[in-house]
Parts: sequence; C-alpha cells; structure tokens
Amino acid sequence: MSQIQPISPDKMSKRDYYLTRLRLTGKNFKEFMGKMSRNPSGMFGLIIFLFFVFLAIAGPYIVPKDPMAISLTDRLLPPFWMEGGSREHLLGTDQLGMDLFSRIIAGTRISLLIGVLTVSISIVIGTVLGLLAGYYRGILDTVLARFADLLLSFPWLIFAIFTMAVIGPGFYNLVFALTFKGWVGFFRLVRGDVMAEKTKEYVDAAKALGQSDLNIMAREIMPNILNSIIVLGTLRMGFMIIMEASLSFLGLGIQYPEPAWGSIVNIGRDHMLSAWWISTFAGVAILVLVLAINMLGESLRDILDPRLRRIE
Amino acid sequence: MQLARIIERILIAIPVIIGIGIIIFLIMRLTPGDPIDIMMGQAGHVSEREVELLREQWHLDESLGVQLGYFLKDLVQGDMGTSFTKGRPVWDLIKQALPATVELAFFGAFFALLVAIPIGVISAVKQNSLIDKISMAGAFFGICMPIFWLGILLIIIFSINLGWLPTYGRISYDVNLQQVTGFYVLDSIITGNWPALVSAIKHLIMPSITLGFPMAAIVARVMRSSMLEVLRNDYVVMARAKGLREYTVIVKHAMRNAMIPTVTVIGLEVGMLLGGNMIVETVFSWPGLGRLVVSSIFVRDYPLVQGVVIIYAFTFVAANLIVDILYTYLNPKISM
Repeated sequence: MSQIQPISPDKMSKRDYYLTRLRLTGKNFKEFMGKMSRNPSGMFGLIIFLFFVFLAIAGPYIVPKDPMAISLTDRLLPPFWMEGGSREHLLGTDQLGMDLFSRIIAGTRISLLIGVLTVSISIVIGTVLGLLAGYYRGILDTVLARFADLLLSFPWLIFAIFTMAVIGPGFYNLVFALTFKGWVGFFRLVRGDVMAEKTKEYVDAAKALGQSDLNIMAREIMPNILNSIIVLGTLRMGFMIIMEASLSFLGLGIQYPEPAWGSIVNIGRDHMLSAWWISTFAGVAILVLVLAINMLGESLRDILDPRLRRIE
Repeated sequence: MQLARIIERILIAIPVIIGIGIIIFLIMRLTPGDPIDIMMGQAGHVSEREVELLREQWHLDESLGVQLGYFLKDLVQGDMGTSFTKGRPVWDLIKQALPATVELAFFGAFFALLVAIPIGVISAVKQNSLIDKISMAGAFFGICMPIFWLGILLIIIFSINLGWLPTYGRISYDVNLQQVTGFYVLDSIITGNWPALVSAIKHLIMPSITLGFPMAAIVARVMRSSMLEVLRNDYVVMARAKGLREYTVIVKHAMRNAMIPTVTVIGLEVGMLLGGNMIVETVFSWPGLGRLVVSSIFVRDYPLVQGVVIIYAFTFVAANLIVDILYTYLNPKISM
C-alpha cells in the first residue's frame, strides 16, 4: 500500500517537513528558471532590474561626483558630447552645477526603495487582511470589503496628492500615502483566491486532520496563492515608482536638492529652453526602470499565473 | 428592467460619495497639529479675531462627530467654504476652472480612443504582423512612461526646437474670444471666430496627447486582447462562412462584443485621466482644476484643496456610473 503521503507536520518530524518543502521549492525554482530563460523579454527585464538594484546599493561608492555638491561655476553645462561639455560631467549639470549623471545614479536608490517598501508593506497588510476576510467571512469581511471599495472609488493619484498635501512632503510620508491605498489591490486578490481555495478538497482534508485555522491559512492555502501575489507585486512596483516620481515632480514627494528622479525632471522644467538634458535624462531613467520591471512582471505573469492576464 | 438597474446603481453611488467625504474629512482633521496653526502657517500675521472666526466657521470647538455633521451638511448644500488665499467661495473658483479641465479631459479621451480602438482592432486582426508588434511595443511604452516627462519632451521637441506649437495656456493673448460656455473650442465655433478656433486647437494638441497617451496604451491592449478572443468565436466563423465582407464581420459582428471589456477599462481609466489632469495642467500651465489644486497645496489653502478633491472624486464616481449604464446597453445579458 504505497500511497502518496501528504506533507503534514503531524506525521513527520519538523526537520523532515522543512527539508521536503525546501526540496520541493528547489525543484520548482529550477523549473521556473528553465521557463524564465526561454523568455527573452523577461530575462532582459530581470537583467536591467538587477543592474538598477546594483546601482541602488553601490550608488554612493561608484558615483563620480557628490550628487549634492553645488558648484556655481559649472552651472547648466551640457552633456560631454555637446559643445561646451566635458568628461568631468558626463550628462551635464543642473542650475546649481550639480552633476546630473551622479544625481541620476543616486536617485536609483530612492526610486527602488520606495517601490520595494510600498509594495512589501501593501503585500503584508493586504495578504493578512485578505486571508482573514476570505477565510472567516462574516462582519470583518463585510467591513473590510466595503472600505476597500471606498478606497477604490478614489482615483489613486488624486488620493496620493491629497494625502501628501495634508501630511506634507518627505520619504516616510510618501510611503504612507502610497500604501494607504496600495494594500487594497492585494487584499482583493488574496480574498478572492482564498474564497476559491477554501472550497477545495485539500482544505477539507487539512481540516479533517485537525489542523488549526492558522496552519491551514499559512501552510496550505498560502503556497497556492503566492504566485499571484508575486506577479501583482512586481507589476505594482513599476506603478509605485511612477507615482513617487509624479509626486516628487509636483514638489510633494522627495524635495530638491535630494536626488529623486521626479524632482530632477521638475527642476529641468524651469530650464527647458536652455538645458533640455536635465529633464530628458532623468525621465529616461524612470522609463527604463519601469519598463524593465513591467517586462519582468508580465513574463512572471505568463509563467506563474496566466489566469491574471485577464485583469489588466 | 433597465431603469430599475440604473436607479439601483445611482442609489449605490450615494453611500460611496458620503464615504469619500468622510475619508477626506478624517484625513484633514486627524493630522497632528491644530488645523488653524497649519492653515495659518504661511499666512503671516493673523489677528486673534480672524482665528476666532475660522474656529467658528470650521466648528473646531465642537467634537469630531459634530464637526463631521457640519461638514457633510455644508457639502450637501454645495457650501465648500471660502478660499484662504483668494478670498472667494471655493465653489465659485471651481466653477470658473471647470470648463478648462473638462475640455482638456474630453480631448484627451477623444485622442486616446481615436487612436487606441483602431490600433487594437488592427493589431488583433493582423496578429503577430509588424504593425501589431510595433503598436504593442508602443502601448507598452505608454504604460511605463511618466506623463509629466512625456509632456516636457513634447514641449522640448515641438515648441522649443521646431516652434510649431505653443508651450502653455489655452489660447494666445492676441486673440479675443467672447466667452459663452467657457469651452474655448465650442465658444469660437459658436461666435464664428476662426482665428480663436485655430489658436485653441493648437493649444490643445500637446496637452491632449500627453493626457491621453497612457489611456490609449491600455485601451489598445485591452481592445486587442478582447478582439482576439472574440474573433475565435463560432459566430464570427459563421459570419465569414455566410460570405459577409471582412469589414462587416469585424466592425459589425466582432467589434461590438469586443467593446464590452474595453468599456469597463475606459471607466477605470477615467481615474487615470483625472489624476493625470493635475500633472498635465501643471506641465502646460493649463488654467483648470488640476493647476488650481496643485498651486493651492503650496499655500496650504485647505478649503480649496478639499473642495477640488471632492469634485474629482465625485466625477470619478459619476463616470463609473455612466460606464455601468453604458455596459448594460452594450451587454443586454446583464440586465436580467
């Protein structure tokens, strides 16, 4: 009588349980990487994304100039290939003589940090609330779902602009304003998935084995909905980065002279006539990073969760 | 029972609008610090008397619940308070700026749909062709591109370098236009003022493209994928088998059904259009609601910010209501 043993911590020692899980994860990971390597746009996105991650971490050590060093004798210098430009300032300088190339590299850290932080916090809040609401339903679910609907009836940027207007600019306020609405997407995704998963047999089996609700949610249901969360999280990250840049552009996010891409574009707007390069290159940085993240996200979606293709 | 459903949708929208009002109220009030201090932070010297008046006007000496009651009551009566910096009722300022915003939003959406729907249909019909690949790559760019940057890029190219289009405002200063509705394109047609019409349209081109671009990108993608799905259906095969012209098959049989998911997305995109509006109006110095709110944020003119945000939120709810109604019309299966 050789039957497939369900992985259950009750039947195995804790050590064996985690080893099996790990082996399964390793196998899945290999399979995933196989699919990923056959997906050129996903690989391209991943490589560019990792490059930006490298810039964000190593930025302060590799920038040729101090990104906030003012040099009034070098104001509004053009990029090196133009007349009047020099290799000292590869992409030229802004109106206070700050080196644009160094500022854009330094700005990577702010953009990525905002993207990663807002998405991670949104995932944690949205997933926990979604699990609870979808699993227990009842009054908690009704209240949360209504609140989520209410937040969804606000256009995102208007909500963020309003919140930033009231609480004032700054890094942590920015994270707050973006996650205040950011969790809703994950909440709705997880809640819907949990409601669907809950009716499946494996959940009944786990219940029959006497597993606790917490165990069922965390160990049985979560692994099955993790893929959708990862996919949505990746796609959301690009969006959050654009939101941060937009707020900083309006002067509500990270403030000049801190090197954030949005505020660099904003400063460049005052000098469009004489120094087109300031806005242009900072915008290229935003575009390339968001492009890479979305390419990665869409490939992840095709590989991990093709079902999500429907919600665009 | 179309009518019953429409009424039901309107009734559902009412608590949503009240809820939005409450959230806005709570964010304003629960922020640490005395509202008067925050409001007066940049106003310079303020007399005791003025502070008293404000406290009274905003009912700040009452409890939070009573304040909320007053807030909602005033709101229902269309009283949004008085702007600190402009000294005029908020509602007047909104009424004045609204036509500019509506005109821009209309042309933005017009541009987006005009471009996106044909592109979506053609890409689906000629799937995997060069046209399909180029337009989908373009649409992907549109989703990833920050629109404030697109606007600035357009100004740098078409205004500064080529000198074709004006950089800011709604109309040239040397053109006289008698205002009737506040919509400049409409006004210049009504009064037969052709130089004004040319100037108004020239001023509209770049802001509309900037505003409509992300919407066009998303609509084109959705239109393409729903067209692809529809084209696989039996009734399309059937229509072809009957020997109908390809044009009839695509436009009359397939497109109408493919429009259903697209309309939903258009409704959601109205939110993007409204949010983008604030950015585009700032980039092009367009004298509408978006610029009004962004400029009032910096002088901390709270009643004005609050009023405009409420108007934006209402517009969004109303737009989705219209989309819902349109949806029942397009898809009779829903109204059971």
